[in-house]
Amino acid sequence: MAPLLVGTRKGLFTIAESGAVIRHDFAGVPVSAVLHDPPDGALYAGLDHGHFGVKLHRSDDAGVSWIELPAPAFPAGLDGAPAVSLIWVLEAGRPGEIWAGTIPGGLFRSDDRGQSWQLVDSLWQQEARAEWMGGGFDQPGIHSISVDPRDRARMTIGVSCGGVWLSEDGGTSWRLGGDGLVAGYMPDQRRDDRRIQDPHRLARCQAAPDRVWTQHHSGVFRSDDGGESWQRITGLPRSDFGFAVAAHPHDPDTAWFVPAESDQNRIPVGGVVTVSRTRDGGRSFDSFSAGLPPPPAYDLVYRHAFDVAPDGAALAMGSTTGGLWLSADAGESWRIAAARLPPIACLRIVT
Amino acid sequence: MPRVLFTAHLKRLAPAGPVWVEAGTVRAALDRVFAEHPLLRSYVLDEQARLRKHVVLFVDGNRAALDDPVAPAAELCVLQALSGG
Repeated sequence: MAPLLVGTRKGLFTIAESGAVIRHDFAGVPVSAVLHDPPDGALYAGLDHGHFGVKLHRSDDAGVSWIELPAPAFPAGLDGAPAVSLIWVLEAGRPGEIWAGTIPGGLFRSDDRGQSWQLVDSLWQQEARAEWMGGGFDQPGIHSISVDPRDRARMTIGVSCGGVWLSEDGGTSWRLGGDGLVAGYMPDQRRDDRRIQDPHRLARCQAAPDRVWTQHHSGVFRSDDGGESWQRITGLPRSDFGFAVAAHPHDPDTAWFVPAESDQNRIPVGGVVTVSRTRDGGRSFDSFSAGLPPPPAYDLVYRHAFDVAPDGAALAMGSTTGGLWLSADAGESWRIAAARLPPIACLRIVT
Repeated sequence: MPRVLFTAHLKRLAPAGPVWVEAGTVRAALDRVFAEHPLLRSYVLDEQARLRKHVVLFVDGNRAALDDPVAPAAELCVLQALSGG
C-alpha cells in the first residue's frame, strides 16, 4: 500500500504501510480535510486553526514543503455575512480544478490549483437552502463532493443536513436528488422531505458511477442513478447507524460500512469495533472484527476517515481514539498501523 | 504613532517586532499592518472583516474592539483568546 495521509486533531501525518510516521506537518493544528490529486501529485490540507480561522495549504513535493493558499471564503456583502468555519472536504474535478465543501454549506471551486476560490453561487442561492440544518455542527455543511469519472462536469454532493444535489454542467445549475431517503429525526410529515436529509457521507463506484452508497443518519441507502433516487438497505449487521462508507472502485455491488450503536450512542455496538461489507448490492452483509481492538473499545470512525485503494483490496480506517488500521484483504482482517495517534478526522490512501 | 504588537503565535506571518502605524482606530491600524503582511489578515479577521472569535485586542492593556479609537501614543496588542483553547 502507498503511504497514507492522516488528518488529525494535532496535525497531518504521512504514514507508511509499516505504521512508521514519515512526516508530521502542521503539528498541533487540527486538519479537517486532505486531498491527493494524482494528475499532478499535489497534496492539499485544510486546517481548522482554533484561534486564527480555517487555512489551506498545498504541497507540490509530497509534503516536504507547503505553500499557504487563500482559503475558500464567502464574498463580503453576502446576506447573513457568512464566514467559513470548516473546510469539510476537498476533491479534484477536471484537471487543475479543486472543489471545497465547507461549513456553513458553501461549495467553492478553484480553477488554479487552489490559488483562488469562487463560491458556487448557483447552489448557495437555492431556495431550499433555507431549510438546511446543522448536523453535528451549528450550521449545515457540505462533506461529500463526488465527481462522475465518465464526465467530470457531472457531480453529486452530500449536505448534512441538506440532502443530495446533482449538477450536470460543472456546478452551473443544480437539482435536488435524494428521492427515497427517509429522515427518522423529523416529524412524520417531513420524513421524506429531500431538503433536510442527512446523508453522512456519499461513496460512488468509480467503474459504475451511477451506483452511489450513503451512510445516512437514518440508515444505509443505495442509488442506481447517481444519487437521484435511493432505496433503503436493511439487514446490516449490528447497526445501520454510522458515518463512514466506502464503495468498491470496480464492483458496484461491494461497499463497506463502520457501524456505531445509534445516534444517541455514538460508540461501537457493545464495545466491539466491526466493519460491515456487502458484495451483493446490499442484499446480505458480512461483519468483520479480526485485528480490530478487543472489546470494550470506543473508537468511532468519522465520515472522512475510511478509504479504499484503487485495487479494492487495501483499506484504511482511522478512529476518534487515534487508532489507525489497515486491511489488505478487502476488510476481512485488519492490522493496527498506529495505536496512539491524535483523534483522526480524515485520511486518504495516496495512489 | 500607535504601536502594534502581535502574539508570538503569529510570528510566521506578522512583523517581527512592534510596528508604528499612522491610524486613528484599531481597524485602521490593523489595515496598515495587513497592507504589508497580506496573509496575516485572515488570521485576525474573518472574510466579513469581523474580528475572529478567539482573537483578542487590547489597547493600553484594556480590551478593545475594531472600531475603538487609538491615541497617538497607544499600544495595540493582538493576542489569542484563551476561549479558543
